[in-house]
Amino acid sequence: MTTLSTSSPVRRRRLLSRRARRAGLNLLGLLVALITLFPIFWMVSTAFKPATEWYSLTPHPLPSHPTLGNFRAVINGSVIGLPYWNFLKNSLFVTVVSVVASSLIALLAAVALARFRFRFRTSYLIMLLIVQMLPQQALVIALFIDFRSLNLLDSLVGLILVYTAFALPVTIWMLRNFVAAVPRELEEAAAIDGAGPMRAFWRILLPLVAPGLVATSVFAFIFAYNEFIFALTFLGTDTAKFTLPIYVQYFYGRTGANWGAIMAASTLFTIPVLAFFLLVQRRLRAGLVAGAVKG
Amino acid sequence: MVRTISGQPGHLRAPAGPPPRSLPGFRQRAAAFVRRHRLVPYLLLLPSAAVIAVLVLWPTVQIAEFSFQNYGLQQEIGAAPTQWVGLGNYAHILHDPEFWLSLRLSVLSAAVMVPLTLIVGTLVGLLLSQLGRRMAAFVSSVSVLAWATPAVSASVIFVWLATPDGGVVDWFLAKLPSWLGGGAHWAGFSWTNSALPAYTLATAVVVWLGFPFIAVTVLAGLRTIPTELFESARVDGGGPWRIFWRVTYPLMRPIFQVLFLLSVIWDFGVFTQVFIIIGELGQRDEYNLGIYEYSTAFTLPPAYGMASALAFILTIIMLIITVGYVRASVREGALR
Repeated sequence: MTTLSTSSPVRRRRLLSRRARRAGLNLLGLLVALITLFPIFWMVSTAFKPATEWYSLTPHPLPSHPTLGNFRAVINGSVIGLPYWNFLKNSLFVTVVSVVASSLIALLAAVALARFRFRFRTSYLIMLLIVQMLPQQALVIALFIDFRSLNLLDSLVGLILVYTAFALPVTIWMLRNFVAAVPRELEEAAAIDGAGPMRAFWRILLPLVAPGLVATSVFAFIFAYNEFIFALTFLGTDTAKFTLPIYVQYFYGRTGANWGAIMAASTLFTIPVLAFFLLVQRRLRAGLVAGAVKG
Repeated sequence: MVRTISGQPGHLRAPAGPPPRSLPGFRQRAAAFVRRHRLVPYLLLLPSAAVIAVLVLWPTVQIAEFSFQNYGLQQEIGAAPTQWVGLGNYAHILHDPEFWLSLRLSVLSAAVMVPLTLIVGTLVGLLLSQLGRRMAAFVSSVSVLAWATPAVSASVIFVWLATPDGGVVDWFLAKLPSWLGGGAHWAGFSWTNSALPAYTLATAVVVWLGFPFIAVTVLAGLRTIPTELFESARVDGGGPWRIFWRVTYPLMRPIFQVLFLLSVIWDFGVFTQVFIIIGELGQRDEYNLGIYEYSTAFTLPPAYGMASALAFILTIIMLIITVGYVRASVREGALR
């Protein structure tokens, strides 16, 4: 207060207007956050409402008599006859295996692209950019026909193969930046100290690239966990093999308009990935930027 | 998880031991061969190249091949041989009103989705750059949540928000005063029964899922611009609008170019959101090109040849846009 009273009226006005601007911006930020969160909030809120509340002419933001009935219906498997855990297990299996496979394969490629200069290097990078953009709803036709003749339909193995392949371009592209960010001098110093290339890789490069590996694998994770078209096409008949996206879509298509249960299924599908996201998001944003803008 | 990986360097693998006795010198000779011919980078690329070639490039070639064949139900069950039909599928498609209708929907919806996503994303990115550190972290975390939400969930949630009975959108619009376009006629309005409202809803989902990526990228781009430039522009008396077009946009042009082309590719090929909003493959007049192609292949009787021709057209359109994207990326120096 004393500083304010001693300062000139002009400075005080400027300070006040700066504060008003700050407050206005914060308000705007809050508004953006609220609008963005609203659909997620409404999903969770509906999932806890009994039918009398979600099926009402005047919607209420929060359930006045919260119930677990919708979740119970989903977990007990009221639609396909199999519990939610079955589909979560399928999804996690497909996701984890394809993430590990694509990360390992991508790491090798990233080292080649970041550490070596060789013929076709630029062509390979351009090929990755192009491959990333091929429409999946086009390729799914050929892959469906191939997988049918290889008996890979209705099989999680088929999905793992496809998810590994389609996660590779982005993963390689991002990992390349992380590998390039590790100073080459460290490996050279290790070489002078008598470490072979393999040793330098395991001891120097891998530990330093590990955070980048985590960031990129989050992207592969999100891709595989959320993927819809391939799962829809390949897992057409065997409901027990469904992954969560197909399960939720099937649930939505077969439950009529039981929105409480549909939102419960959707919540059980969405919340794990959002929670995982919040856990790793700082690294993730670094990765998002490294992938989009040249780091 | 993160900390254990970066905190325990190195003892994952023992240093390479001596070569096995049964292969005297083989490993050394192989290693020398690899080194002499500089094969290391190629060997490192081999696994990814093989996986991409088999699971992405080969199917693309197959699509092209099928598109010149009469591959359908008869051929699938072996009742009739697969024959080359030349450009027959393409000729049929060009005279097919449904193709033009679906292409029109794809083009029009992308023409709305892309600018809307870019504008909302850029505005949020600019807002983030002006906010205090904590508020910016909060708003961007929330936005990233929207980005991480699976397209299936987002679409189902938005269908629920806009459902005629008990949905909050129609309730809100009915309550809105008429000078804001509200009114009782919104009560019970169906957002999924015809193309215009369905694609309005799809646009809402696409923008909601897509703006955070734009916002975070724009924010990262803004951070690379020296603040003195903004300050001197402000001293020269430029308002925010002028500063954006005179300083921010020219400096971030390459980033905006890449974001624009990425958005075009994503929104032109939007599938999941539309598939769920129009209720699977029910309403043919609400198909976009991707959905039309998919339904040609996967509803009975399957017409893989015809669908492949549609898929190939879709792929070619995407590739044309991708050429622009690749050139913009090269200009930005992304291939260094």
